Formats: sequence, C-alpha cells, structure tokens
Amino acid sequence: MKRPVLIAGLSALVLLFFFLSLMAGKVWVPLGAWWLQGDPRWLIVTELRLPRALLGIGVGAALGLSGAVLQGYLRNPLADPAVVGISSSAALGAVVAILLLSATSPLVIFTCAMAAACGAMLVLAALAWRTRSAVAFILAGTVLASLAGAVTAFLISIAPNPWATAEIIDWIMGSLTDRSFDEATLALPFIAVGCALLLCTGRTLDALTLGEDAARTLGLRLERTQLLVVLGTGLSVGASVAVTGVVGFVGLIVPHLLRPLVGARPSALLVPSALGGAALVLAADSLVRLAPGASEIRLGVAMALIGTPFFFAMLLRMRRSAWI
Amino acid sequence: MDLTVTGLDVTLGGRPVLHGIDAIFPAGRITAVLGANGSGKTTLLRTLAGLAKPERGHAMLGGRIVTDLDSRERARAIGYLPQDGAVHWNINAGDLVMLGRTPHRSPFAGPSPADWEAVMAAMSATATLELADRIATELSGGERARVLLARVLAGDPQWLLADEPLASLDPAHQLDLLARFRQLTERGMGVVIVLHDLVQAARIADRVLLLREGRVVAFGPAAEVLTPEPLGRAYGVRVAMVPDGSGLALPVAMDRI
Repeated sequence: MKRPVLIAGLSALVLLFFFLSLMAGKVWVPLGAWWLQGDPRWLIVTELRLPRALLGIGVGAALGLSGAVLQGYLRNPLADPAVVGISSSAALGAVVAILLLSATSPLVIFTCAMAAACGAMLVLAALAWRTRSAVAFILAGTVLASLAGAVTAFLISIAPNPWATAEIIDWIMGSLTDRSFDEATLALPFIAVGCALLLCTGRTLDALTLGEDAARTLGLRLERTQLLVVLGTGLSVGASVAVTGVVGFVGLIVPHLLRPLVGARPSALLVPSALGGAALVLAADSLVRLAPGASEIRLGVAMALIGTPFFFAMLLRMRRSAWI
Repeated sequence: MDLTVTGLDVTLGGRPVLHGIDAIFPAGRITAVLGANGSGKTTLLRTLAGLAKPERGHAMLGGRIVTDLDSRERARAIGYLPQDGAVHWNINAGDLVMLGRTPHRSPFAGPSPADWEAVMAAMSATATLELADRIATELSGGERARVLLARVLAGDPQWLLADEPLASLDPAHQLDLLARFRQLTERGMGVVIVLHDLVQAARIADRVLLLREGRVVAFGPAAEVLTPEPLGRAYGVRVAMVPDGSGLALPVAMDRI
C-alpha cells in the first residue's frame, strides 16, 4: 500500500475513533446531543470524555511510535517501551507518590512518575555515552524494569492499608478512566516533545538495517541517535505512564500490524505507528467502557487480553516472514 | 587521493591488535590485505574507515586524518562494505541501495533526482536493476553481494574498503565481483580488499599487504609478496608456486608438521 494513502487512512481512523470515544460509554451521547443547548450529557462529553480521548490519542501515539523506534533501533522485533525500563520506572514513581506521599493530586503523582522516568532515562543515557552496544542498552533497560518492578512489589507488600494497595494495583493496571484536563495538560506537552525527538531518528534507523558499522560509515552519529531514542522514549512514554499507568502491547503490536502494509523500512513505519497506536488505544478505551457491570475493565488489562491471542495469531500467520 | 597509514598502533579492549603499520594505498589501485585469522586485517580496514581510533599513528586520506574528518565528508569519500553483509529488516533491494545515498541527503528530505540517478547507475553497474523490487533478505548470496556493493557505489565514494566480500560466494560469483572491482579502479576509485584466497588475491590485487599478528610481513606488488617465503611466514604454512608459470602460489602443508 502506498504510504500516503495509509497515513491518510489511519488519520481518518483516529478521527473516527476520537468521535466514537466521545459518544461511547455507560451513557451513549449521540452526535446530535452535542449541539442541544442545556443537554446535561454535554458535560459528560466535555468534562469526562474529551480529555480522556485526547489523552488516548497522545498515549497511543507515544506507545506506538516509541515501539516502532525501539524495534528499529535495536533491530529487534520484540522490543517495546517496556523493554527499556521507562514504563516500570514511571510506574514506580507514581506508586511512591501514592504510598509514601499519600498523594491524590494529579500534579504530585505526575511529577513523581516523571522524575522516576527521568532517572531511568539518565541511567540509560549515561550508559548510551559509555557503550555503543545495543545489547548493553537493552540489558540495562531490562534490569531497570526488573528493579522497578521489584521495588514496586516491595512497596505494595508494606502498604499500610488495603485501600493504598488497591489504589496502587488499580493504577499499575493502566487506565484512562476519570482523567481530566489537568492530566491532559500535564502530559500532552511532554508526549509531543518526546514524539518530535523520536521522529528525528528515521534516517539512522534505516541505515541501521545494515548494522552499526555500516551506519557509522554512512556518516551517521549513533551516539546522538541513542540519546534521541532515550530522551524521546523517556519523555513520551514517561509522561504517558505518569497519567495512565502501564498500558502494554501497543508498542509491540502496532509496528507488526503495519509492516505488511508499509514494508519493513523503519523510517516508513514511524508516522503510521504513531497514528496506529492512537487509533488502537482510542478504540480499546471506548470498548472497555461498554463492558457490563458498574466498573470498567482496565485498559492495560484489556490490551493484554485482546493483544495476546491476536499476537499469537499474527505470529502463526507470519511465521514464514523473515522479520520474525 | 591516496589512503595512508603511518606508525599505526590499534588496541581493542586493552589488547594490542596492530603494531607500527606503515602503508600507502594508492588511488586507482586494488590493494589486497592478507593474513591469518586474527592478524588484524579487519581492524586495519575499520581504522581506514574511521571506525576504530588508533592508539598511536594515523590513517590519513589525502593528508587529512580520517577520524578528524567530518563524519558526512568521510562517508562521502570512503565506502565501507562490512564483513557480515547483514540486512536486519526485509526491505527491498532498491531501498537498500538508496541507503548508500545517506551522506548526500539532507535529514528530512526525500531522495532527489540526483539520488535516484546515482542509485540507478550503481545498480546498473552491478547488474542488480532487475532485483530492485525484490526483498533483500530473500536474495541469493551472489545477488545480495552485488546489491550490497551497489549500496556502497551509490554513495559515489573515492574509496571502497571491502572486508572479505568473496566469503560464501561460488567461484563464478567471486570472479564476477572481482571483475566489478577492477572496473571501479578504471574509474579512478581506490580499493582495499580483505581476502583469504591466495589465488583470487593474485588474480585481482595490484599490491598486497601481508599481516601477521598485527605487523606487516610484506607490502608491495602482488607478484613479489605472493611468493613462498613471505606467505610461509604470514600463515605458518609451506607454500609452493604452481609450476605452470602463472605466478600462483598455493599452500601445500602445515609448516610445523
């Protein structure tokens, strides 16, 4: 498929899911109601669903794009933002805020989560300067993720009351429920800057198809790219996790879904992956609201539930393709 | 412009790999680098390409130190064909060759007409035009070697540094690739090529640099270096000349047995 056609199609899909996301929920708000003066449902749309949909676009784009960049950078189709430890570190920061600072305000939780994501980012950036190896980079990320996971588990185990534990677990599972414009205005600028940095890596990612030595002899500075990857992922994914919790699978699946459509050239995947991620998160977040019962399925849980069988099916279908 | 190395010492991870290498690689000639496994051939090539920084001494291109050149300028002047020939994603051959234009392109611009022209020229010089839409990872060894060569040629470099480009090619494809290298020197390009095959080296090289344990055993015209005495010292084998006057040297036995 021609790339411009795909990008236009995905943009249309994002727009469609955006409006669906404003309409769908426990209360269905049809398009017509938006223009009715004094309709109480208008508040549902503007106060609850609009920030949630905007965040959905931002978070989805950040996860999809960073997944595509990391897979290209590490030349590994299994890479996703969770692999470099940014997600778990941001989650740890939020847990610390909830548990030790008894924080409930979005600003405090966001600041702590971002601080932790930045800490993880600094560790990776320091490593990026010292070593030129992608393997060391991925190992350090994995170790960071394990450490953050372990500390989070430890904090849960010493939580003073069941309410705190429930709050933390709820948060780790990832959700866009009840997010307001406060969270949106906090996170979206970081996500935008992070995504802009990640979009600058395309040329180097393409050249890395030939290996690191060949990429260097094509005049590219891999150290600079590594920093762009670290900063871009840290800012965009850090900010995403800081407001939604951990939403897995998006970064892993979206590039795989799109490769058969745009080809495997890493730079060609970047913009489509951002749009695809946004569409996927918007769609999933609309669906979780429609589940029966008083509460919603958590977005992170839904993603894993839908994502796993889907991913297996894709692996089986593509087992003959060389990129697996 | 000639490539030269003077008093080159290179250390990798604390282990000295090259000691006091002095050599001039003349432009428009093919210089073969030969030596036993681990003798420092690849390290020498990587140093010439600016990938390894010497401990002492310099690799210089036309009087300028290779590692001091701006990375894009260096990339335009020196094309490097790595040993493994890795292609990590299944992109098509045309896109792969276009990667060779990277040092000529501005970061966010699409390929210019000049880029397409260079890609077409490189692909027609390597007889790969008909492979342009094929997936690079699905090509045969011979096809892939030609496409990877086209990738380097698309950058229009003055120098081609090729690390064992003949490995895993059958004799016909080896001869085909060597003939293409010869054509390049006729256009003024300088070629440094790491080889294992003494016969192919004798066939293609104007000059031969023979290494043993990171030191130069012999450096000079191929007919002088590819002889029993220096080859015996470099490889630790007994070498005999083929008695038909072709000037080919063949290893016949381990020296130590």
